[in-house]
Amino acid sequence: MANDIVVGKIEPGCKKVDPILVAHNVTRQFGGLTAVNVEHLEIPRGKITALIGPNGAGKTTLFNLLTGFDKPDTGDWQFEGKNLAGVASYKVARRGMVRTFQLTKSLNAMTVIENMRLGAQKQIGENVFAGLAQIWTSQEAKITAMADQLLSRFKLDTKREDYAGSLSGGQRKLLEMARALMSEPKLIMLDEPMAGVNPALTQSLLEHIKGLKANGTTVLFVEHDMHVVRHISDWVIVMAEGKVVAEGEPGVVMKDQAVIDAYLGAHHDTDLGTMKKGK
Amino acid sequence: MDWIQTFNLTVGVILDPLTAAYILCAIGLSVHFGFTGLLNFGQAAFAAVGAYGMAIGYLTLKLPLLVAMGFALLCVVVFALILGVPTLRLRADYLAIVTIAASEVFRYLMSTSAFKEVTGGSNGLSQFGYDFFDWNPIPDGQYTFGPFNWTADQFWLRVFSFGLVGIATLLVWLMMRSPWGRVLKGIREDEDAVRSLGKNVFSYKLQSLIIGGLFAGMGGIVFVLSMSNVQPQTWVTNFTFMVWTVLLLGGAASMLGPIAGGMVFFALWVFVNEILAGMSAIGWLPFLDPAQVGQVRFILIGLALMLLVIFRPQGMFGNKKELRFNG
Repeated sequence: MANDIVVGKIEPGCKKVDPILVAHNVTRQFGGLTAVNVEHLEIPRGKITALIGPNGAGKTTLFNLLTGFDKPDTGDWQFEGKNLAGVASYKVARRGMVRTFQLTKSLNAMTVIENMRLGAQKQIGENVFAGLAQIWTSQEAKITAMADQLLSRFKLDTKREDYAGSLSGGQRKLLEMARALMSEPKLIMLDEPMAGVNPALTQSLLEHIKGLKANGTTVLFVEHDMHVVRHISDWVIVMAEGKVVAEGEPGVVMKDQAVIDAYLGAHHDTDLGTMKKGK
Repeated sequence: MDWIQTFNLTVGVILDPLTAAYILCAIGLSVHFGFTGLLNFGQAAFAAVGAYGMAIGYLTLKLPLLVAMGFALLCVVVFALILGVPTLRLRADYLAIVTIAASEVFRYLMSTSAFKEVTGGSNGLSQFGYDFFDWNPIPDGQYTFGPFNWTADQFWLRVFSFGLVGIATLLVWLMMRSPWGRVLKGIREDEDAVRSLGKNVFSYKLQSLIIGGLFAGMGGIVFVLSMSNVQPQTWVTNFTFMVWTVLLLGGAASMLGPIAGGMVFFALWVFVNEILAGMSAIGWLPFLDPAQVGQVRFILIGLALMLLVIFRPQGMFGNKKELRFNG
């Protein structure tokens, strides 16, 4: 299994067979604090990769750096072999690397369907003159059809005409993810996609993420729910204090003593209730 | 108190060209603030650039009137670029500060005697030729519609200025229902989200600033045609805040908002003035000198603006769900 992802020895920063994203020597300091200090990192193409680690490990900062929402102090990275360091965030998205946010950014005073339509790329009508000339209507119909399909898959179809501001926190998470998918990304970066989503919906979301992989989309996600990580990810990268401290298949990484000490805790596999009883 | 005169003045101002000028500025501001979320507190400057652009083009550069109007709009675009390029990358509050400062800077530039040859200094520019009224296709005579009674030239001025209001409203409606308008609304809600979807936010904000500025520039042109002069003291910050009141009264993110807001605002403006002046004249308001009525109006406007923002932020026509004041 691991040898179709990795070349050589499995260790933090190891080489991948077919990386979609390669980052090298990326550092970011906030005052005296080193938030991110990644020597080398490769994300395998066509796989689901989980990025885990304790709060403050630099996961979200790394997301921000890679997608152009923040500027690193040092470092460079390539997406599909092309340099992406210093590229504006909107251009990063146009290249096919689309992210969501930990604190959901739904566009509250727009309807759900308008949120979705906004996600589509290369819209003719987004030029002001073409917009005035009304030559975008047939493309709009296609975009709407695609949006409706995604909405029903995310169980948001009944909310189609509602304002995004009226959705619950979990529903907004779903909307943001669906909206990101409207751009048909090559790599989707999800920042805590399951936070605040109810268990039944989590289940269907997981199936949906697996479906993305089946369609050839690479997924990189940050998540604290270890059941989710174990269930869907092909590869797990562990960060702590800004560094990549471990990598590997989920089953292996979660048994790593350093990972257990730094992040998971000794009883991560046991139910909190049984822990109490045991003591 | 002369009720007939009060009524006639109140109704007359509804279709006054100056009302149309304010409405055009408010339409521009609705593009800036209502749809894109840009806090522009210098709308007076955009109108002033349009007004001076046309006056200077026509009187100093001796351009034909229509070309001078085009020149005025070109000046507005340049002004928007100068203002927007350095500030639109920053947070919204910075634009507010820069626009209010820029509008004062522009006004002082126009009133200083250093450029008196071109701008007319503090006296402004006047002695417009009557080319505009040469365009008048309406035959001479008096035209009476209900309470309105105009000469052919007055009628033509109103057709022209409210025609521009109609065209501007139509353009905004077409733009805001297009995917282009959708991007602007997205930016109003959350810039970073729109960026993450691959849209060049800076470019859209600049386009919005230019387009909204162009409508204000048209307002400035109408203002000059109506007054047949242009003076620096017209474009004080008061002008900007009256435009804001018009916009917020009607509804910041609505199509008919600026029109209805402008008409209601100026009808009230004149009505309150007449009533206060009348009551003061017959001694009902012993604490109020007739000369102070003008100032009391401004106090009332400030109060009205505060009450509006607190109790009806969406205005008369806006959708409350679509616009709240959450920065």
